[in-house]
Amino acid sequence: MFAEFLQYLFTGITIGATYALIALGFTLIYNASHVINFAQGEFLMIGGMATVSFMAMGMPMLLAIILAVVLAGILGILLQRLAIAPAKQADVVTLIIITIGASIFIRGLAQLVWGKDYHAMPNFSTDEPIRVFGAVLNSQSLWVLGIGAVLVVALVLFFTRTLIGKAILATSMNKDAARLVGIRTQMVLMLAFMVSALLGAIAGVVVAPITFTSYDIGIMLGLKGFVAAAIGGLGSGLGAVVGGLLLGIVEAMAAGYISSDYKDAVAFSMILVVLFFMPRGLFGAKVVERV
Amino acid sequence: MFKRFMQLRLRDLVILAVILFSLPAFLDNPFHYELATQMAIIAATVVGLNLLVGYAGQVSLGHAGFFGLGAYFSAIMTGSYGWSALPALLVGAILVGVIAWIVGRPILRLKGHYLSMATLAVGFIIAIIINNETGLTGGPDGIPVAPFDLFGWELSPFGSYSLLGVELSGSQAWYLFSALVLLLAVWLAQNLIDSQIGRALRSVHGSEVAARVVGVNTAKYKSLVFVISAIYASVMGSLYAHFQGFITPAVAGFDFSIVLITMVVLGGMGSTMGVILGAVVLKLLPQLLADFQELEAVMFGLILMLTMIFMPKGLLPTLQRSIGRRLKKKAEGQA
Repeated sequence: MFAEFLQYLFTGITIGATYALIALGFTLIYNASHVINFAQGEFLMIGGMATVSFMAMGMPMLLAIILAVVLAGILGILLQRLAIAPAKQADVVTLIIITIGASIFIRGLAQLVWGKDYHAMPNFSTDEPIRVFGAVLNSQSLWVLGIGAVLVVALVLFFTRTLIGKAILATSMNKDAARLVGIRTQMVLMLAFMVSALLGAIAGVVVAPITFTSYDIGIMLGLKGFVAAAIGGLGSGLGAVVGGLLLGIVEAMAAGYISSDYKDAVAFSMILVVLFFMPRGLFGAKVVERV
Repeated sequence: MFKRFMQLRLRDLVILAVILFSLPAFLDNPFHYELATQMAIIAATVVGLNLLVGYAGQVSLGHAGFFGLGAYFSAIMTGSYGWSALPALLVGAILVGVIAWIVGRPILRLKGHYLSMATLAVGFIIAIIINNETGLTGGPDGIPVAPFDLFGWELSPFGSYSLLGVELSGSQAWYLFSALVLLLAVWLAQNLIDSQIGRALRSVHGSEVAARVVGVNTAKYKSLVFVISAIYASVMGSLYAHFQGFITPAVAGFDFSIVLITMVVLGGMGSTMGVILGAVVLKLLPQLLADFQELEAVMFGLILMLTMIFMPKGLLPTLQRSIGRRLKKKAEGQA
């Protein structure tokens, strides 16, 4: 009974940590530009798929991962430079459609290069599962949680201790004022997309040994990240982490205790309930509308 | 002013009718007719969605859910319960309207991306239910649908008919029927846009707070247009189901929701003729790109991105503006 619960909890926290990282990617871009980037999931796909194919070329795992993450980072910069920046005056919906176009494009390229097959990726360390009070914990889960925690701490330090991080924060608060004090906001936007892509790619790599990876894995993962970000409140880093973990745990519990067919329905119902009572998510900033 | 409005409205409707009824001259096999019929039905759905997105400024990323509900209601009622197609379509539309009203009240309070998220969630939940209630809906394998029948008269793509002495194949008859439906859908939408409701909706789009200050009951009008656009989707879903003869949960899926909203934005939000163009282009594009085979998705994504980057207002409004500018230049040059 308890072992069962613990098992679902492990699963939930692991996948929840991944959602949290994706949600943080959404949050970063949203803060910098108020764009919801529907191509966010593709960064995860690139992370996982590129690592697998670099490893197949005979590279050691660490090098393959680093190259894959760098590749995703470059892609993030290109996305901002080539697709988002030129569409300055576009409507919010138009920007959404542009990122959807970008995600179809990236997915199409991935399918061209890597085919439609599912690819397995080995665990970072031992394949031997760990037993805790009768529940089984995949050793990769610890990697997901560990790396997730490190990234969150790194992000906090980045935003509070570095000049670049503060520049991004300033831009998200008030773009014009940021520009007035000499921040190059275009540069900041590019950075936000790059960091967001790096986050996504790392999440994609660490979770790939658990979920497998394929060219279309980004669609659902990206959406879940968006759900997590909305639960937490768009623009809130804390909200992204809490929303991600909450979503992962609720999903795993629903799959375990109710029905795995309806686990996604439970997740989507949860966002409706949350938004019903808190229209700006759990930690969303209260915004006063100017008329 | 009013007279000009009337003329403008009539002009669009006449242009559309001329295009729709002269199109058969260019269609020479059943596959073309099938494509054209699908286009007309989906275009009518998008005309309804445009009322919500283009005029009231409220984004829905889950509209396929309502389309799918209508489609499945018709399929199940005519298939398993022996209903006739028309009552199934009407009752389905009313039910979907009620569902949209119940769902719409709370979620339309949400703003911007939160509204997108909520509509996306509603669409997903509908699709998941259709996918999993295998006993009722046939599940992922899909479900066959009886042909459309009207007062004992059956309209099947495989039948043959004669109209005013002209022999028509089933697919031709369906095309004419769907063309009439599209004209009706456009006419209704135009009337709504130019009514008090339409003016209220545009004020909501402009600034919701300002609209409320001058006494517009914004919540009421937003749910009203949400319900209307959901009913559009439901009716067209029913027709689509009968036309196809077989449907799968994909008709309610997220991908299709995205296709619908993309048609609106691509064609030109707030322009009825524009969104019809958007539906045609987006439906035609995969056919044209089929020759590229593996490159199809890449090309599609690229075209979508580039169009939206360089024509953020959508195809038709951008086209109209550039033609207008050129005409003006010409006129100035002559003067």
